[in-house]
Parts: sequence; C-alpha cells; structure tokens
Amino acid sequence: MLKRIATLLKKDILLELRQQHTFYGILLYIAATIFVLYLSMPDSPDAPIWNSLFWVIQLFVCVNTVAKSFLQESRGRMLYFYSITSPVEFIVAKLIFNTILMMLMSGISLLLFFTLLGNPSTDTVRFIGIVLLGGSSISLVFTLMSAIAAKAQQNAALIAILGFPVILPILLLLMRLSKAAFGEVFKEGAVWQLAGLIAGLDVLVIALAVILFPFLWKE
Amino acid sequence: MGGFLLEVPRLPILNETIRNLYFHVCMWMAMMIMFIVSFIYSIKYLGNTSHRNDIYAKSYAVMGTVFGVLGYATGAVWANYTWVTDQSQSLGSILKEPKLIGAAIAILIYGAYFVLRGSFTDMDKRARVSAVYNIFAFAMLFPSIWIIPRMVGSLHPGAPGSDSGNPALSYNDIDSSLRQVFYPAIIGWTLLGVWIATLKIRIELMRDRELLK
Repeated sequence: MLKRIATLLKKDILLELRQQHTFYGILLYIAATIFVLYLSMPDSPDAPIWNSLFWVIQLFVCVNTVAKSFLQESRGRMLYFYSITSPVEFIVAKLIFNTILMMLMSGISLLLFFTLLGNPSTDTVRFIGIVLLGGSSISLVFTLMSAIAAKAQQNAALIAILGFPVILPILLLLMRLSKAAFGEVFKEGAVWQLAGLIAGLDVLVIALAVILFPFLWKE
Repeated sequence: MGGFLLEVPRLPILNETIRNLYFHVCMWMAMMIMFIVSFIYSIKYLGNTSHRNDIYAKSYAVMGTVFGVLGYATGAVWANYTWVTDQSQSLGSILKEPKLIGAAIAILIYGAYFVLRGSFTDMDKRARVSAVYNIFAFAMLFPSIWIIPRMVGSLHPGAPGSDSGNPALSYNDIDSSLRQVFYPAIIGWTLLGVWIATLKIRIELMRDRELLK
C-alpha cells in the first residue's frame, strides 16, 4: 500500500515537473499579488496588518494551487486510477502531494513578504514553523473541498464557497498563533495548546478525508 | 405544538431582557439539535443509499439554518441592550466576538451546503456529494462552536475568566422560576422545528413518491 501511495505521489510530482507552465503560473500569481500589495501598502506595515494580509494571501494562493489537483484529472484518467488503486491510497497521495506543494508555495510567499514588505516578526524561526503548519492545514482542507467540487459542474467558484466557511476557524487560530511570533506574550503553554489544536484539526481532516473520499470516488 | 410558542412569552418573568433567554438560547440549542439530526441522516445516507435519508438530512439542515438566523437576530437584539454600554461602541465591534464568529460560520457552511445541492442535476450524485460535505462541515463546525469560544475571552457567559460553566445550564446562575420555562422552551422550540421539518419531509416524500417505490 505504501509503495502504491509512493508511486501515485511520484506521478503527481512528475506531472507537475512536466507541466511547468501551471507551476510557474502559480508562482507568478503569488509574485504579482504580493507586488500589488507592496505598491499599495505603506512601507513596512505594522505587524497586525502584515499578519492578516499574509494569511489572506495564503488562503488565495492555496485555492489556486490546490484547486486544480482534481480538476486536472480528466474523466478517463480517473477511471484508470479507479481500476488500479483504492480510493484511500489515491486520496492519501493527493493529500501528501498538496501539502508538499503548499508548503513550498508558503515558503516562497513568505520570502517575498520578507523582502518586499519587511519582517515585523520578532521570532522568525517560530513564524516559519507556524507558516508551514498553516500552509499544510489549509491545503488539507482544500484538497477535500476540491474533490467535492470536482463532482459538481461549475467547480472553480464552488471551491471558494465550500472551503471558506470551513477554513475560517483554522485561519482564526493561525492568526492568533502567529501573534506569538510577533512578540505578544502568551500564557505559559498557550502557544503549544493552540498549535496542538490546529494539529488536531489537521488529523481530523485527514481522517474524514480517508473515510469520506471512497463515497465521492465511485461514479 | 404551536401552544408552546404562545405560552412561553406570557409567563411572568423577573427581568425584561432575561425573557430573551427563552428565545435566544433555546434557538441555538434547537439549531444544534437540527444539525446533529441532519448529520446523522447524512451518515445513514452513506450507509444505505436511500433517497428518503437524503430528504430528511436536507429538511433538518433547512430548519437548523432557520433557527440559526433567528438565533442570530434575537442575539443581536439582546446584545444591543446588554453589551452596548456606551455610545461609541458600535454593534460592528461586537460582531467580532468569538461565539458570533462561530455562529456566522455555521450559517455560511449550511449556505454553502445548499449551494452545493443546487449545483447538481443528477439526484443520486447530489445526495451523495452533499452528504459527504454535510458530514465534513459538521465535524469542522463542532470545534469552532464548542471548543474555540471556551478558550478565548468572550462576552458570552461560559468563557474562561467568568465563573459560570455551561451558560444557563449550571445550577447557580439560573433562577428556578426561569428554569420552569427554560427547559420546556428548549423542548418546545425543538419540537416546533421537528414538526416543520417533518411537514417539509412529507411534502417532498409525496412529490417523489414514484421515485421511492
């Protein structure tokens, strides 16, 4: 089973490397968005504004990155996967792939934010950790949303409609948690409690995805 | 069952705004009960794909959303008289309160659920995909309503820092005369919701009678 997941993962990565135009498309999307922010914002905005802007950009980057993960699979190819793998293996491979991709994108956008909008965080290492955690949890939720939306007809808009209310609690927790990296003093242990809560939600999302995806899968 | 609706506001109550306890708190409870029922029927649908379960899940979700909107409205009225103390504080600043965010998320999620249902033409596919979304959304909603507000400061009772535990349920923050009406009111609102939902279900079942055979 692990071997087949690895094979599926490899196929996704290979596909990404071959179709480089989509990858560069997202990269350009990130760069353009952050550049627009850079032009429209005053130099080095305050930490709260920086923080909220960053997470909103993350959200939109994720919608664009993850959205295509199920849309790019044509009907015929889905049928092919259906015949060779089990749904659980397929969704696990997708979740891992999207998490890796989103972490990469989070890293890039963080780098761009630091260079263009300054670095207001007092604890950069911790903030990078929070960003990686946040990027992976957002991508997990949107992977399942994209799987659901792929079943409907007008899917691109549907992902945003379905995903935003579900992602809101996680996003609020993330924004709160990232204040820890901006020098706000928390209660003893509160940071780990928040991080644990987000990780717990991630586990919940993965479990639900594994349980529910087989029902979406059969056609 | 409609008698509950008429009976409740007429009973003698101590304070003027506490009257809202019978409406606001009970509506939230009724909403949660409706959503839980809808959630259970969604699971049942995935277990055995009967069209009946899908109709049940949908109707209870509709009723839950109605109660959610009503609860939001009554809460807004209540907050206007109790929380807005000085003139400079607007309702907008109160809306960022954690429980209100949770409530808004709940309404948005079920709005998205209905949009999702609307976007399908194939009946079986619609039922299956929306059942999946319903289960997923409910599982994500649960922590956002019940856990997160308890962890951060809130104007609602039940937040850390205040000495009350479960708002309006614990023994010492609710007067016994209030309780006389409060518990029947929860049951009453819930039964009212169940009644309307079953009416809707029966209409739909009649409409789709040929399909179900």
